[in-house]
Amino acid sequence: MADFQRWAPDARRHLKQGPGIWTKLKLDPLLLILLVMIMAFGLLVLYSGSGSSEAAVQRQMVRYGLALVAMVIVAQVNLRNIQRWIPLLYLVGLAFLGAVLLFGVGAKGAQRWLEISGLPRFQPSEIMKLLVPLTVSWYLASRPRPPHLLHVIVALVLVAVPVLMIAKQPDLGTSVLVGASGLFVIFFAGLLWRYVIAAMFLGAAGLPLIWMGMRDYQKQRVVTFLDPESDPLGAGWNIIQSKIAIGSGGLNGKGWLQGTQSHLDFLPETHTDFIVAVLAEEFGLIGVCLLLALYFLVLLRGLIIASYATHAFDRMLAASLTLTFFVYVVVNVGMVSGVLPVVGVPLPLVSYGGTAAITLMVSLGLLMSIHARRPQRT
Amino acid sequence: MPWSNMDMQRQEISQFRARLWWSLLIILLVFAGLIGRLVYLQVWQYQHYVTEADDNRQQLQAIAPKRGLIYDTHGALLAGNRASHSLTIVPEQLTGGRSGIDRALVQLGQVVSLDAGDIKRFKRRLNQPRRPYSPVALRFQLNPVEIAQITVNQHRLNGVRIVPELVRYYPLDKGFVHALGYVGRINDRELEKLDSTNYSATHHVGKLGVERFYENELHGTVGRQTVETNARGRVLQVLDRIEPIPGRDITLFLDAQLQKSAAHLLEGKRGAIVAIDPNTGGVLAMASAPSYGANQFVTGISNANYKALQTSTDQPLFNRALRGRYPPASTVKPVIALAGIDTGIISRKYSLWDPGFYQLTEGGRLYRDWKEGGHGRVNMHKSIVESVDTFYYAIADSMGNTPMTNYLAQFGFGQVTIADQPEATKAVLPTKQWKRANRRASWFRGDSLNLGIGQGFLSATPTQLATMTMLLANKGQWHQVRMIKAIDGQTVSKVSEIGRNDPKQPDNIELKRASDWKKVHLALIDVMHSQYGTGRRSGANSSYQIAGKTGTAQVLGIKQDDTYDAEKLAEKFRDHGLFIGWAPAIDPVIAIAIIIENLGGGSSTAAPLARKLFDQHLLGVPARNQAEDQTGANDDG
Repeated sequence: MADFQRWAPDARRHLKQGPGIWTKLKLDPLLLILLVMIMAFGLLVLYSGSGSSEAAVQRQMVRYGLALVAMVIVAQVNLRNIQRWIPLLYLVGLAFLGAVLLFGVGAKGAQRWLEISGLPRFQPSEIMKLLVPLTVSWYLASRPRPPHLLHVIVALVLVAVPVLMIAKQPDLGTSVLVGASGLFVIFFAGLLWRYVIAAMFLGAAGLPLIWMGMRDYQKQRVVTFLDPESDPLGAGWNIIQSKIAIGSGGLNGKGWLQGTQSHLDFLPETHTDFIVAVLAEEFGLIGVCLLLALYFLVLLRGLIIASYATHAFDRMLAASLTLTFFVYVVVNVGMVSGVLPVVGVPLPLVSYGGTAAITLMVSLGLLMSIHARRPQRT
Repeated sequence: MPWSNMDMQRQEISQFRARLWWSLLIILLVFAGLIGRLVYLQVWQYQHYVTEADDNRQQLQAIAPKRGLIYDTHGALLAGNRASHSLTIVPEQLTGGRSGIDRALVQLGQVVSLDAGDIKRFKRRLNQPRRPYSPVALRFQLNPVEIAQITVNQHRLNGVRIVPELVRYYPLDKGFVHALGYVGRINDRELEKLDSTNYSATHHVGKLGVERFYENELHGTVGRQTVETNARGRVLQVLDRIEPIPGRDITLFLDAQLQKSAAHLLEGKRGAIVAIDPNTGGVLAMASAPSYGANQFVTGISNANYKALQTSTDQPLFNRALRGRYPPASTVKPVIALAGIDTGIISRKYSLWDPGFYQLTEGGRLYRDWKEGGHGRVNMHKSIVESVDTFYYAIADSMGNTPMTNYLAQFGFGQVTIADQPEATKAVLPTKQWKRANRRASWFRGDSLNLGIGQGFLSATPTQLATMTMLLANKGQWHQVRMIKAIDGQTVSKVSEIGRNDPKQPDNIELKRASDWKKVHLALIDVMHSQYGTGRRSGANSSYQIAGKTGTAQVLGIKQDDTYDAEKLAEKFRDHGLFIGWAPAIDPVIAIAIIIENLGGGSSTAAPLARKLFDQHLLGVPARNQAEDQTGANDDG
């Protein structure tokens, strides 16, 4: 005991008081504070980006509330108990995706939504953002690691089927995120580096194939990304205007609600995918760096949780979810600042919209669940 | 758990943690990259993007100045501005590109009438370089019903906008166009010549007449404003504004009532009337018939209407007052007579026996007088009163070309006499050099005879004849013949006072004996008021004295006419009637020149119109166009 007290002086207090409130709630206060800070910052920018719409802010607050509730609920779930249901959920998810392709509704030539009477309209592809990493983690957790080639191939198929179905809707942004989340699991399962490097080369070689498989509007986006000036009033408009918004924000920004690009309608989709341009215009480089710092801390926290997780399933899932969050941030900020092509990926927890926020918070709830079940320092 | 398993697990965890470190490294690198990108945009390129954002946001808009008004001498409005509503489309607000535009046109076609020409012109405008989100005009001058219909349907007509603008309006329209000219849409050729800054908001430019000549004065100076707009081009606020300077208002000498009457008297005929105030040189009336409405040109005349005007054998578009080149015929006789006596080639008492013809050589060609059997003994006075051709054959033969053309030149022949009508032509004063250059022949005696009676190569415009009449009435005193009386209330006696070039104007005519003017004046009075005067019918029963001269020009039709049917041919070869004159004979206030094409001699066709206009101008009796007034014998040559 004395020995113990020497290297863990506060353990006694810990033992006396029993588990703290956060532990009881299975929540990670650090992560929660970071998320709430991002949300608060997001609401501030959203108010400006939506054209000072209090209604939009209120609706978003309700969504945040729902998402937080979803996160808390998910955090209570012991992954050990649900693991066996994962394959079934995965198949249901695929069935939904199939249904979207057959009966889905949507706009602008894309079918993304499913309407089932008695249920609210939802996007099955969003669910796959969770189900794919869960399924691949489940599959590889019960296999030897590093995984054999055969298992890797099976895992790849588990990833590829939903990714292709989502890409066919078409929804490039979501399929990128879903694909990434699955591939991260394989990577963290200990895929040999030579395979990782080989896959990178193969991917580069496969780019032309991807190009051929793309829809016209997707090709257009890539062309526009490579040369936005080629169509300044059409497809290039968005990216030119968002670069102007960001650049003209400077170091300190023009001030909250003072962004000319966003408030005079030059900037498209100011409250959804391009909200970071509003942020950059009004709060400057300092504002964007502040948000990126918050994101970085979230990512760091996710990696730490992953590193503590003992169970292989938890480890792979936590790392994959964390890196998927990272992909969100990078793809969105990269797109808006003109270093990546325009794909519809929202800025996590800042962009207006309910589905993505709830999916993200559920994935963070999973992280918290993993965190809550980490080995106690005893 | 067996130890080997524990080892494997430990190894796996350390491998997993290594990958987490790798991930952290990548995250850091990528975030650094993103921040680097942001630093590049927000710090390095900051100035560039600030400029771009301002360019986006702030837009310099030109504001069209209000075009100056044109008034008649009494202050009646001749050319004003009125609001006109154009139907425009903002192509960027239509969905579906080209097909979207076609769809919108079909939709609009159900609401307002659009013809193929409207659509053709719209597509042409659409293909011209333009700022994004700027409206492209489809139709002009919407009527209130059309405006209402579009407004009612606005909700389903995306991208359709009604744009109001001020456009020229001629309240008196028809009958004034040949005096005022008109404005029309700026075309590509004009666009190259005009000051692009000053005209950046202007859509119309003076095309003809006074509107064209005084374009600079009437147009004004463009204003501008910097406005904040959104991406759809909607103005949100005006940041700063420099008001346009409106065009200057111009007052003409033109008397709207007299002009109206002149146009009215010419109705149904081809011809022209030009009236000048001999005290100022100001043009009181300038009518050419047939005429046409000017307002239709302002907003764009339809092709069919324009073609009809263009192909009409009566040539309504042709400004006869300024460009019609007519043989002046007997109306030049006073000038020829003055040339004879002032040069001393004939004496003041010279007379001859008129057998009814003149011969250059014994047994040669007979140059006939208009009166068979002749006028008996004829002196200068009688030669003017009865318009005796034989007298002028004789004195022209004695003078030859040079004295006659010298004097005619002093009276304004062969030069543009009006200062501010850009279309005016100088017609032909046939000097010897002219004939050598244009006919490749030397001057013959026969040419002199023709010149002596105002025929042959000599031609003059009605404006030139009115100028000559003014000089006769003024005893040689020149005034610049001009439309403009004042600009912004400031009197203009020469266009050089407002920075324009005066036309070359001969010196005042100084006769060796000033009393010779009086001799000619008395003869011209007797033309109107004596028993044998050719204009006696038109001079009868007047409460004031008129001095005038009739004329009848033999024609082969106007040169530019070469397509007309055989039936019309005969009519086209009939004589032109002319009249020049002024009233009152002493201290005149109006000098007039009239030409009526192909209806016979001037005493019956032209002189009666002059009398009516004189009556109106001097006595205030409104001139009426009565058919019975036009009957009368052809009794001059």
